[in-house]
Amino acid sequence: MSEYTKPLPKPTATSRPFWDAAKRHELMLQRCSGCNAFIYYPRDRCPHCLSDQLRWQPVSGHGKVHSYTVVRRASTRSFADKPYVLAIVELEEGPRMTTNVEAPPESMKVGMPVTVWFDDVTPERTLVKFKPA
Amino acid sequence: MSLKGKAAAIGIAELKPWKEAPSEVTPLKLMGQLTAEALADAGLEKKDLDGFLVGMPFADPGMIYPASAAEVLGINACMLNVVDIGGASPAGMIWRAAAAIDAGLCNAVLCIVADLNRLGDQKVPVVSVQREFEAPYGNIGANCGYAMIAHRHMYEYGTTPEQMAKIAVDQRTNALKNPLATFNDKPLTIKDVLNSRMIVDPLHIFEIVSPCSGGSAVIVASPEIAKRSKNPPVWLLGAGEYANHASITYAPSLTESPIRPAADTAFKMAGVERKDIDLVCPYDCYTITVLVTLEDAGFCKKGQGGPFAMEHNLTYAGDFPCNTHGGQLSFGQPGLGGGMSHVTEGIRQLMGRGDGRQVKDASLAYVNGNGGIMSEQVALILERRS
Repeated sequence: MSEYTKPLPKPTATSRPFWDAAKRHELMLQRCSGCNAFIYYPRDRCPHCLSDQLRWQPVSGHGKVHSYTVVRRASTRSFADKPYVLAIVELEEGPRMTTNVEAPPESMKVGMPVTVWFDDVTPERTLVKFKPA
Repeated sequence: MSLKGKAAAIGIAELKPWKEAPSEVTPLKLMGQLTAEALADAGLEKKDLDGFLVGMPFADPGMIYPASAAEVLGINACMLNVVDIGGASPAGMIWRAAAAIDAGLCNAVLCIVADLNRLGDQKVPVVSVQREFEAPYGNIGANCGYAMIAHRHMYEYGTTPEQMAKIAVDQRTNALKNPLATFNDKPLTIKDVLNSRMIVDPLHIFEIVSPCSGGSAVIVASPEIAKRSKNPPVWLLGAGEYANHASITYAPSLTESPIRPAADTAFKMAGVERKDIDLVCPYDCYTITVLVTLEDAGFCKKGQGGPFAMEHNLTYAGDFPCNTHGGQLSFGQPGLGGGMSHVTEGIRQLMGRGDGRQVKDASLAYVNGNGGIMSEQVALILERRS
């Protein structure tokens, strides 16, 4: 197996539950107890109401491609091996995520439904990606 | 409170960008040259400068940068700062300079940027949340975000690749008359743009700025100093600034940018209408940036940027002169000097120094500064009084 050379997330005390859930192949988001908003990416306080009462909650993993691009010429060497689909997925629960969609570039469409897919890129780390639903 | 007519740009300096700068060139060396040239242009002496706003060069970044750079240049300042709002920094410097002057803290502020395209030794500090939630998926650099804005705009409004390409084409026509532009040797057609290499769908290489090395400077002065300037003063009539995201993923909208509140503030302060504007200088890291700016700054209806670009002649001789220096797409992007090129062009045109690309009877210009992925926005309205 070739070594994984792309950047990896370094979980913090704030974000560790998100990455630990991903490793278990679960999608968990924070939810604000103050204003009930779902939050992505993980924060110490709700960006809507600044409450620090945030709890972790599993979410559906269903969403739609809000927009995407096919990166044919990457700006860093670690992504230059082949074209890849970079996307913004809007989850059913509201938040948007920067992610990759595992699909042929020519099949991509704004608005297409997608479902979460967990990519175990290294033994320690799992990235949250999506596939066509 | 208003900055209307409280300060004027009285001198500029701008270098022709290098694709590869000679090895002995440093950002501070360029700043020295630019300071001397801007002072000569304004007819001031170094001792007249008492404010210093500077952009942090990627090629030589550091803490306490303003004092270090001012020391090298021998400038004593009553106000000094790095302005760090991405590509909007140069436009942001202009109103900050005017505000310091209006507050009585300064009389003549040097706004200066210089940088090198030295790939390899760049150590750009990236905020931890972007390292954690963007970089692992390959959302690195600016191309991807603007490509996703373009796709979403196409989806929501039916914008076409031809409409985006037209912006690069008309700006190239402008660049042919700008000896400082990097790409000023041959015209472009829409077909050329659409046949050029696809970098990030749907953006082609001719729709994406080319990084280079260079710099520019503007001196903003009080009314008293402006009166004795060598050049016709170009007055700041209105300014506005707004940001509501860093990564485009978390922006309230991909297609409705923070330009609207910035532009509304600037027009309200200036007391002029969109139709009064003689030329626009919108930040153009990509073609889609211009298209969205024309909509959100209020020059056409939301979603109509594409048809607007097709229906209007955006050249210096046209009915809607836009980026008459060629824009960064043809001028090149020497770091923050790319953003400053829109400011210097607005000033140059209003001073009547547009040479072969002079917009006839230009007295009001709209300048837009844009940082990050349609993030920080600065709107300026500049005026030459007859």
